Amino acid sequence: MKRKALRAALPHTIPVFTGYLVLGISYGVLITAKGAPFWMPMLTSLSIFAGSMEFVLVNLLLSGFDLLQAFLMTLMINARHLFYGISMLDRYRGLGLKKLYLIYGLTDETFSIVCAMEPPEGVDRGLFSLFVTLLDHSYWVLGCTLGGIFGSMLSFDTRGLEFVMTAMFAVIFLENWQKEKQHLPAIIGVVLPIVCLLIFGADSFMIPAMLSILAALTLLRKPLEQEVQP
Amino acid sequence: MNMTQQLLTIAVVSLGTILTRFLPFLLFPAGKPTPKYIRYLGKVLPSAVFGLLVVYCLKHVSLVAAPFGLPEAIALVVVIGLHLWKKQMLLSIAGGTVVYMLLVQLVFM
Repeated sequence: MKRKALRAALPHTIPVFTGYLVLGISYGVLITAKGAPFWMPMLTSLSIFAGSMEFVLVNLLLSGFDLLQAFLMTLMINARHLFYGISMLDRYRGLGLKKLYLIYGLTDETFSIVCAMEPPEGVDRGLFSLFVTLLDHSYWVLGCTLGGIFGSMLSFDTRGLEFVMTAMFAVIFLENWQKEKQHLPAIIGVVLPIVCLLIFGADSFMIPAMLSILAALTLLRKPLEQEVQP
Repeated sequence: MNMTQQLLTIAVVSLGTILTRFLPFLLFPAGKPTPKYIRYLGKVLPSAVFGLLVVYCLKHVSLVAAPFGLPEAIALVVVIGLHLWKKQMLLSIAGGTVVYMLLVQLVFM
């Protein structure tokens, strides 16, 4: 029963394997290059398991100690996970204790698999989802751990490596841009932070930027809602 | 930040992540319709947040002092170009990062 579910889950996770391994290694090398001990990426990959947020964490650890800002940024950056959860409410119902781990590990990639793929006939959906989540999580931990070890052993010039994070967010932004009909939310997401950056400076613009984005999207709800939903 | 502060920051980020993942299951019992405002935010927020994150990554770039944000601009063009051309996420990220590293290590020193 378990074997069957694992065998059904594995092929769907292969693309995630490549992605998590490459990004995990990059993240592990980056955070150790910025001075973190080799076990730090392993710890965060287990306890946070949210790639974008872990890349942002590298910056947070380098700036001043500010738990409130760290918390608010986590909520804002991971807010999209709220909506994955909403889509999975019915599918994850009645799965008992498994459900706790399934929700804990619901990353963008895991969501895209468990939401889009139907397990084959005779395979339990709960077990299938569990193995997808477990496999994805282990790929991420593996990548981050390897990155942490490489990063603390190798001594090549890592100047500029931090751009991996900029590039990753730019690509996701671009993919969203190509999918959406209405670009105003994306434009708001770029323009308001730039305005806040100019007003408040690099060290304290994030909270005003997040609040102004939420306010703008709330104020523009009527016109946007009409255009977003055809 | 000392190690204790770093571990506290990691704990807070972990807690925030867990909160965003569990909240829907606590707030919206299955079978009940999700509030419209929440669904609306679900549609518009992700595009805005990734824009915000790009700005966040580039917050220390100065346009008035050398090299005037040129390495970042060039590398971003490479990322976008590669992505429009090949549509391979990892290739676009790797290509842009390698170009950026070469630029800051060899060209704009």
